[in-house]
Amino acid sequence: MIFTIARKELYMMFCSPLAWMLLTSMQLLFAWFFLGRLDAFLQLQPQLMQIANPPGFTEIIVTPVFALAAIVLLLMTPLLTMRQFAEERKSHTLTLLLSAPVSVTEVVLGKFLGLIVFFMSVVVLIVAMFLTLLAGGTLDYGLLISGASGLFLLTCCFVALGLYISSLTIQPVIAAIGMLGVLLGFWVLDLVTSDHEGWTYYVSIFKQFELFNNGLIDTFSLMYFLLFMLFFLVLTIRSLDGERLHG
Amino acid sequence: MKDECDYFTLSAQHIQRNYGARIAVYDFTLQLKKGEVLGLLGPNGAGKTTALRMITGNLAPSSGSIEVCGVDLLGEPQKAKAHIGYLPEIPPLYLDMTVNEYLRFAARLHRIDKQRIAHALEHCKQRCGLADRGKQLIGTMSKGLQQRVGIAQAIIHEPDIIILDEPTVGLDPNQMREMRALIRDLGKSRSVILSTHILSEVESVCDRVQIMHDGRMVLNETLAGLRQKDADLEMEFTRLTQNPQPITH
Repeated sequence: MIFTIARKELYMMFCSPLAWMLLTSMQLLFAWFFLGRLDAFLQLQPQLMQIANPPGFTEIIVTPVFALAAIVLLLMTPLLTMRQFAEERKSHTLTLLLSAPVSVTEVVLGKFLGLIVFFMSVVVLIVAMFLTLLAGGTLDYGLLISGASGLFLLTCCFVALGLYISSLTIQPVIAAIGMLGVLLGFWVLDLVTSDHEGWTYYVSIFKQFELFNNGLIDTFSLMYFLLFMLFFLVLTIRSLDGERLHG
Repeated sequence: MKDECDYFTLSAQHIQRNYGARIAVYDFTLQLKKGEVLGLLGPNGAGKTTALRMITGNLAPSSGSIEVCGVDLLGEPQKAKAHIGYLPEIPPLYLDMTVNEYLRFAARLHRIDKQRIAHALEHCKQRCGLADRGKQLIGTMSKGLQQRVGIAQAIIHEPDIIILDEPTVGLDPNQMREMRALIRDLGKSRSVILSTHILSEVESVCDRVQIMHDGRMVLNETLAGLRQKDADLEMEFTRLTQNPQPITH
């Protein structure tokens, strides 16, 4: 049943121009930045040759592109998550899901799965772009995989948060603005965080992503992401269930 | 007890729903026999939709119990909901989908076997007069056709109980007649609850009528019984729902 709902979500996204426009514009932006980094690398190369243990392709090109992608996804996820429950409610289709022999948990997980499959395609497209670098050298696969999984986990967290905010309102725009507000809050938190101390370091979601992006898969960060997702998914389920009980 | 379960497909006992201090539905009891078409009447805001939302599991009652084909709706919601087909007041349609896509999704949502989906789809399109509309986008259809898609969605899994909330609103007289014929047809093999405020509709399709007013049930009578008493539905309706302090049974 989760798959049925996930499939429907993906279908709804790809049958409207929204998903295609998002994918195209993001890919253009990433490609532009990627080429810019590549250019910088080629200019730096003679100097890098003189260093004993020079940073390679991956550190100079891949890591900054992933870091940019995290910020771009921060702006893009609300556009997709806002529709989920708010729009279903607005167009009265939520009734169809709630009257069917399907539990609220399945509805929420189905929607979550549909969205993360979409964002997985964003990450895969970025990684595919990096693979073209293989034509001129080798990549540090460990760092690449760690960065990509960091980015993926980060967007999963965004999606879980977005679903929750979308479940609170009937207006998709309010869901989007609300979520953007929260995510920008996280970003500001990241900006004021010093490198390794203070509580903000442990709370900042972007710091956890940064660790992944630098090739450090820390159990703390991993647990942070998983708990973050779990927390907001449970809240979403409770919020929808609460509507049945109290709304 | 077992016989009673077979006899009543739906049995809602003393359900009540409060919104804060306001009571939307008060001590409402509804029992539906197999093959019966029940008309739920009442002025706007009488609590019909709230009652139907409770029966379909969209809203939890503040108190009372609901049994669907012998299954407790509150205890085993998924098992109970499988017996119900529901068309809300505003049909829950995804306007970006075509009729086929939408109905196929509804079929999967109701856990119809993969092999049977194609057959169920054809059958219910045929029944609702949508046979040649399969590839049309729902968003581009007229209100009457959209309403039919809504009904198709409610009957695709061949439920024992079909609940229709004001299904003929916004239809032209021809479509209304077709809709009534369809409801009568459905009522032959299943139980149907029809919520409406068109009295002639109740007279033409229903076996039994319940009137709600201010969240209470003020009349529960078979149409045959009404005729026997020589009572006119319209007069009864006016008498019962214009009274500021309705008489309760």
